[in-house]
Amino acid sequence: MSGPSTYNPKSGFEKWIDQRLPLPRLMHDTMQTFPTPRNLNIWYTFGGILTFCLGVQILTGVVLAMHYVANAGMAFDSVEAIMRDVNYGWLMRYIHSNGASMFFLAVYIHMFRGLYYGSYKAPRELLWIIGVFIYLLMMATAFFGYVLPWGQMSFWGATVITNLFSAIPLVGTQIATWLWGDFAVGDATLNRFFSLHYLLPFIIAGVVGLHVWALHVPGNNNPLGIDVKSPQDTVPFHPYYTVKDAFYLCLFVLLFAVFVFYAPNFFGNPDNYVQANPLVTPPDIVPEWYLLPFYAMLRSIPNKLMGVLVMGGAIVTLFFIPWLDTSRVRSCRFRPLMKQFFWAFAVVCVILGYCGSQSVDAAVAGIPLIWAARLATFYYFLFFWILMPIIGLIETPKKLPTSIAQSVLGEPAAAPAE
Amino acid sequence: MRSTALPLGLALGLLVSAPELTPAWALDTARLPVKSGDFSFNGPFGTYDRAALQRGFQVYKEVCAACHGLDHIAFHNLDEAGGPGFTEPQAKAIAAGYKLPADPNDKGEINDDKGNRLTRPGILADKFPPPFPNEEAARANNSGMLPPDLSMIEKAREGGADYVYSIAYGFNMAPPKGFKVTDGKYYNPYFEGWNIAMPPPLVDNAVTYSDGTKATVAQEAHDVATFLAWASDTKMEERKRMGFAVLIFLVVLSGLLFAAYRKVWADLH
Repeated sequence: MSGPSTYNPKSGFEKWIDQRLPLPRLMHDTMQTFPTPRNLNIWYTFGGILTFCLGVQILTGVVLAMHYVANAGMAFDSVEAIMRDVNYGWLMRYIHSNGASMFFLAVYIHMFRGLYYGSYKAPRELLWIIGVFIYLLMMATAFFGYVLPWGQMSFWGATVITNLFSAIPLVGTQIATWLWGDFAVGDATLNRFFSLHYLLPFIIAGVVGLHVWALHVPGNNNPLGIDVKSPQDTVPFHPYYTVKDAFYLCLFVLLFAVFVFYAPNFFGNPDNYVQANPLVTPPDIVPEWYLLPFYAMLRSIPNKLMGVLVMGGAIVTLFFIPWLDTSRVRSCRFRPLMKQFFWAFAVVCVILGYCGSQSVDAAVAGIPLIWAARLATFYYFLFFWILMPIIGLIETPKKLPTSIAQSVLGEPAAAPAE
Repeated sequence: MRSTALPLGLALGLLVSAPELTPAWALDTARLPVKSGDFSFNGPFGTYDRAALQRGFQVYKEVCAACHGLDHIAFHNLDEAGGPGFTEPQAKAIAAGYKLPADPNDKGEINDDKGNRLTRPGILADKFPPPFPNEEAARANNSGMLPPDLSMIEKAREGGADYVYSIAYGFNMAPPKGFKVTDGKYYNPYFEGWNIAMPPPLVDNAVTYSDGTKATVAQEAHDVATFLAWASDTKMEERKRMGFAVLIFLVVLSGLLFAAYRKVWADLH
């Protein structure tokens, strides 16, 4: 997509196409000859894996939508009919429901990889920001999707999340009513959520196109975080990265298949196999695992509006990372101080997730989890808004290798001890 | 400072340690961990025990069905692969044993001269009819409580088959000292809160098994938990079988891709 094209139409037909709609040229330049740093590691295969996940979700989702009935009285039974009566319906649904978890697993790895290697830093700020938009769209899509089976967790999850909007001063209640299309979560809500759940994945696909475009202009970052300086630093995307991505994708699908076929309800909540009942509140309303860290933040703040703001702020913060990081060095491999705070941040995210999965009054070893969640939330913001700018200024980075090729081809003393 | 800090600390200490002086009324009535049924369908290659499924169906039909529905199961499921293994004539005979509300007759009537609802025998395409015509009737017959539908019960409860087995089996224990069973309820420590509205459903010889198996409470509980595992997950055997083929395929493909990956990259280093 950037730089001079190396496409050379061979046949008359290819020339004819190329002069009218140079789609083969685009494919050739972006997926075949695209110069890619030769040192990308396993963590760089998750972009391809995520594209695969999106494709799988759309394909299985389209089939499921053929059999699903978006009606509060029929939705639950229609999902069960898919599981029992539709040929391979159980397979479609289990791929789709586990696919959501696998999608988020991959996106979290992808995001932490970007954080670790400084892939958000110039000239890739827009690439990162577009990625945060995709993540937001994914969360919305997953939330809408979780409501559709119309089980107890679907209903109560939808109730809790939409009620957050009622925390907005003055117009909160009106906004919640407007979102529901009713005075409570009900049939109207289910219908609009289904509509949006079908719409958003295609918007995600479009934004993914922008994401790939924004990637292909500056090119890939890499584990060293240094710029590509010469053709020796890169290899053509095909066959080097097509085969590497394919191998790791296959391992990912292997893990995916273990869940689909042998633990299909591992990520699910048994309560969601009980039909939605507005009169019976489940003892613990728990969102899907991938939203738990934010749920923990929300619950750790006693004031509802403040809780909503903190939770929203945690996501909005991600947009500012390119400018919060003041370091001239991208990769944490050469940032001894930042590396430690990065891993502390990763642990804090897991702690937040754990706190979100437990009941509000739970305690571990005498420590009330609500306080663990408060501390973790504090660190989350501290990390991005205070530590990131300061560490960039005070840290002495390790010596960077002069080039990717030199580092990979192993001139002594060039490669970092990692 | 010091003079106020000490009493404050003492007060705090008392507050913190207070829950440890467990009074009788604060008995922890969280449900016991489930008792493992050690089922044939556990594990990646486990399948349903056909004889247990058929016995479990008998327990459901003759005991549980008085109050509990099986909404999502159709009679034709009974003779499908991966199920209890009834033959089609057997499944038809089972279906025909149920009376379902008939369609209007050629005079447009749905009730006979005496005002009784017209019925017809069930066919394979029918689902199991519910034990009560509506929720209100179910509650009226069960002191206000609603017996849950059983066709998804093992997916809808933490612990699955082991949970159902534990509940069905767990009535034979005396409540611990200090625990008073609520009037009209029954003691079952595997149920959250220990007070369950369901009367003990199983007794020895509640059913007579045609295959000669001794119908103890444990046997009946185990059989019905097996049957309900299938009811919750009718495609389990197909799923595990396909999963095995898929995993073999993916392992082989991974191996090939790894070889290709190594070969393609070999000339770079």
